[in-house]
Amino acid sequence: MSPLKIKKGSTSHSAYELRDPNAEIIERHTLACIVDNEAGVLARVIGLFAGRGYNIESLTVSEIDHESHRSRLTVVTTGTPAVIDQIKAQLGRIVPVHEVHDLTVDGPSVERELSLFKVRGTGEKRVESMRLADIFRANVVDSTLESFVFEITGTPEKIDAFSELMRPLGLVEVARTGVAALSRGAG
Amino acid sequence: MARQMTGAKMVVQALKDQGVDTVFGYPGGAVLPIYDEVFQQNDIRHILVRHEQGAVHAAEGYARSTGKPGVVLVTSGPGATNAVTGLTDALLDSIPLVVLTGQVPTFMIGTDGFQEADTVGITRPCTKHNWLVRDTDQLAETLHKAFHVATTGRPGPVLIDIPKDVQFANGEYVTPKSAKIGTYNPKVKGSIESITDLAAAIETAKRPVFYTGGGVINSGVAASQLLRELVQATGFPITSTLMGLGAYPASGKNWLGMLGMHGLYEANMAMHDCDLMINIGARFDDRITGRLDAFSPGSVKAHIDIDPSSINKVIHVDIPIVGDVGHVLEDLLRVWKSRGRKTNKASVSKWWAQIKDWQSINCLDYTPSKKTIKPQYALQRLEELTKKYDRYITTEVGQHQMWAAQYLNFEDPHRWMTSGGLGTMGYGLPASIGVQMAHPDSLVINVAGEASWLMNMQEMGTAMQYRLPVKQFILNNERLGMVRQWQELLHGERYSHSWSESLPDFVKLAEAFGAKGIICNDPADLDDAIMEMINHDGPVIFDCLVEKHENCFPMIPSGKPHNEMLLGDASTKDAIGNTGAVLV
Repeated sequence: MSPLKIKKGSTSHSAYELRDPNAEIIERHTLACIVDNEAGVLARVIGLFAGRGYNIESLTVSEIDHESHRSRLTVVTTGTPAVIDQIKAQLGRIVPVHEVHDLTVDGPSVERELSLFKVRGTGEKRVESMRLADIFRANVVDSTLESFVFEITGTPEKIDAFSELMRPLGLVEVARTGVAALSRGAG
Repeated sequence: MARQMTGAKMVVQALKDQGVDTVFGYPGGAVLPIYDEVFQQNDIRHILVRHEQGAVHAAEGYARSTGKPGVVLVTSGPGATNAVTGLTDALLDSIPLVVLTGQVPTFMIGTDGFQEADTVGITRPCTKHNWLVRDTDQLAETLHKAFHVATTGRPGPVLIDIPKDVQFANGEYVTPKSAKIGTYNPKVKGSIESITDLAAAIETAKRPVFYTGGGVINSGVAASQLLRELVQATGFPITSTLMGLGAYPASGKNWLGMLGMHGLYEANMAMHDCDLMINIGARFDDRITGRLDAFSPGSVKAHIDIDPSSINKVIHVDIPIVGDVGHVLEDLLRVWKSRGRKTNKASVSKWWAQIKDWQSINCLDYTPSKKTIKPQYALQRLEELTKKYDRYITTEVGQHQMWAAQYLNFEDPHRWMTSGGLGTMGYGLPASIGVQMAHPDSLVINVAGEASWLMNMQEMGTAMQYRLPVKQFILNNERLGMVRQWQELLHGERYSHSWSESLPDFVKLAEAFGAKGIICNDPADLDDAIMEMINHDGPVIFDCLVEKHENCFPMIPSGKPHNEMLLGDASTKDAIGNTGAVLV
């Protein structure tokens, strides 16, 4: 004798609200965090994203100031505006995280990524890959008689485009660093 | 002044310098040097628990009832992993704890040594912050930093993992004053523009309500005082979450009672129909909001919280104020007073008339019985017979917890210790031990269910060892009552594994521990039995045999809005008459 007339499949059978409250548009944001370069800081950031179900499109981290043990961590993430705000607030809660900048909304910024492409081929395809690398201002950093390794720097879109062009020409391996980004201007 | 000493000595010295008087713990191989130092001093009292989970809950009880951080000392490996539930509990309820764990020596880390676990890895998501100290010279500073982080901003548990060789080695001790605490300094003052917006909203609100939470209690006694002043000065109604009970007195004339899934009808209806919701130190938990898209649809919402991530997490608010409750309330009162202490009196008194109407439903009504003890009746009698005492209440988790929140009245903060966010069965008994340690002369009662209580019953040994006269008031329905209730209402009365066969004889169990056991199954004997419990100078296990199939009402079924509350059988008829909105 249930006093609740609940239909089958309704969320009321659960102790939790099962619907997604944030069914809105998905945005891509580049966040830069200044963190203490201490053991486990990267694990804290990654654990936050994994534990709360946020996306990481790319993540780079390296020490930027040896004296003060500071590292810069750049993370590209996607989510609804509410989720992006929440990600920023949650990053800010991590004790060794000192600053969180949303480069996507804070103003114009530059984003660069370094990649290495190994392309295997001979004859016309090999010549064509070289010609395209020239157009993209990629450098040859290793070569054999039947392969090149190109080094290319640019926005993620440029690198995606280069990757698409190399695929039919014998692309065998790619290494990408993920995005590093800075705001434009003097400030 | 820098002094040389061993890491183990530093631990004890730092605890003393931080004003710690009590540590809850359990020794083991990787913390023996620290235990050796504990042995050689008398300033800090160490309480030997029976299980590390009990140590953490006891420290939580100590922290919640005093406002000071609780301190735990356990060994590596299983000592640390047993502490994880308590750490998570403290994280969700924002309780300041400093937990010290032993670790295998630094040169053995990563070799799967005996009793080695990746403690900082395991506890990273269930602490506010944690540290592995690899160098004795860093230990003292880390200890002081740990106290700072645990107690500053939104409080929470922190953990320091100390390898055994770091405990043995010599290093330089720094005092709390000369330690570099670092840059962790969350802001406590709210933005004056937002506070002014809130003051303006208070002036014009027609149907306002204060919705307060554990943040008021965490902010300190002064914050509760300011809240009382604000409520009195504005004349607005106030409700509170489970965590915030006692910040505003239950006897206060503006008190609506607790809100939420098992909150009072009037409190939830006021939340649903208000035009200004002032959230002070609460976090729009899913037990509070019910169905999100139908949560208080017509209100302007203000939210005061020290943690920026609480703002707009689940509910979009119109007036966000990031800051400490005490600081913000002080500024709010000042701004509102300087603007002329205005409220929309005529509308607010109409609002009160509406609230009185809701209150007249008597949502806590239940069908009384002369034959069996109704759990609600047991708590009403407990309230009546203990309210004059200097009383602290802890609870386990389940129906009894909700009934305790409904039927017991709290006049002051720090008097009510319950596992809110994590809902940890087994919390109440060790928590009552922690509370009694902090308040040796007070009446400390753990309102329990028999199933929860059994989860950490080994801690009766701790109560006996330290002569802590904690009263275990067990509402025994031989069921996992809340699970049973959900199965009845939502799963076709299929009672899958929600009753306990082979329960112990609680009186004999009490006697086995050397405590006093009381059993009561007749409502006529209840008062005398409760008085016997109170008057016994020592720990008591009170086996209160209650109605087995009682459900906890009112109830907002999950996925339903506030105005579709279920009321108990006794008041359902009236509810339909008064508001057609109530779902039967």
